[in-house]
Amino acid sequence: MASPRSSLRSPLGAVRGLGSAKDGTHHWWLQRVTAIALVPLTIWFLASLVVLSGSSYEVFTAWVAQPLVAVLLGLFVGVGFWHLKLGAQVVIEDYIQAESTKIIVSMLVNFATVLLGAAAIFSILKIAI
Amino acid sequence: MVEFALPKNSKVGTGKSVKAPSGSKRVKAFKVYRYDPDSGKNPTLDTFEVDLDQCGPMVLDALIKIKNEVDSSLTFRRSCREGVCGSCAMNIDGGNTLACTKAIEDVSGEVKIYPLPHMPVVKDLVPDLTHFYAQYASIKPWMQTETPAPTRERLQSKEDREKLDGLYECILCACCSTSCPSYWWNGDRYLGPAILLQAYRWLVDTRDEGTGERLDNLEDPFRLYRCHTIMNCTNTCPKGLNPAKAIASIKQMMVERRG
Repeated sequence: MASPRSSLRSPLGAVRGLGSAKDGTHHWWLQRVTAIALVPLTIWFLASLVVLSGSSYEVFTAWVAQPLVAVLLGLFVGVGFWHLKLGAQVVIEDYIQAESTKIIVSMLVNFATVLLGAAAIFSILKIAI
Repeated sequence: MVEFALPKNSKVGTGKSVKAPSGSKRVKAFKVYRYDPDSGKNPTLDTFEVDLDQCGPMVLDALIKIKNEVDSSLTFRRSCREGVCGSCAMNIDGGNTLACTKAIEDVSGEVKIYPLPHMPVVKDLVPDLTHFYAQYASIKPWMQTETPAPTRERLQSKEDREKLDGLYECILCACCSTSCPSYWWNGDRYLGPAILLQAYRWLVDTRDEGTGERLDNLEDPFRLYRCHTIMNCTNTCPKGLNPAKAIASIKQMMVERRG
């Protein structure tokens, strides 16, 4: 932390800064909601993989093509990437101080998660429909 | 950016070493961080040997003995010597605590003493807490009401008063805030556990009428939500308080008021 003495601004003025963002709760709450949603989805996904392990390509694609499986897989991927985006945002805010770098990196993470999520969901739909 | 290594001008060198008087039977070595920013020199770690038979039981007793008898230039804050004022908060044996309530015998081997971590150092064991106190002022730590002042005390039920237990005891020693990695990295904007515990102390006070505005001021990705429940604050608090729980309660209030 920079020494408060290095500035002529009053310490209280520095602390008040630009004021409160009146935001943050939504992000924090969504992180919890997506985490809870991922618990059953992850257990279901891993259990399915164990059951299907060693099966042929045809068995796998037939499994994915079932409506319920396709929906759950889509949710798993979508919620997973959403949760990843929310978590990465926090890590970036924690560790990157320079405002410009922070904005660029968090934008790249947003683009990457949306792109990967869209590609994954498209792949599921392609098999299912 | 996160600082993983000390800047060059902060690297700690080896300082002087002072032996205990000959004939001492129970000798304990105290390694004390020394730094004088005005000297332009890097900090050093000085070693002072103390005869425990001629010294009080607490780490603060040893520091006072060293200052009185060995090196009067050793600088540290102290006042009440009984864990009430919070002045002698420092990093002892790897943990933030009060020198006056930390028993020497609880430390095995050498007693390493540093100032509170990641704060600007004024001299030796004295950190600059200006920013910390300004953060405290920013949460308006006083009763806020619109109802005209009563002619007698503002009443509160016993149950409501009990909500302040575990909060009012905080002595603002800054042990918790300076043990928190989130406060190290983002202390310029994150209020830290001590200030958030104090904020909660006013949020749960049933006599206070400014709860909404208080929550408005805290609702911020940095001021409040840099807390990631690391729990260093609760582990280190020399008064046995639980700032992490207070912060969790603030987050709960934030969710509650959204409906």
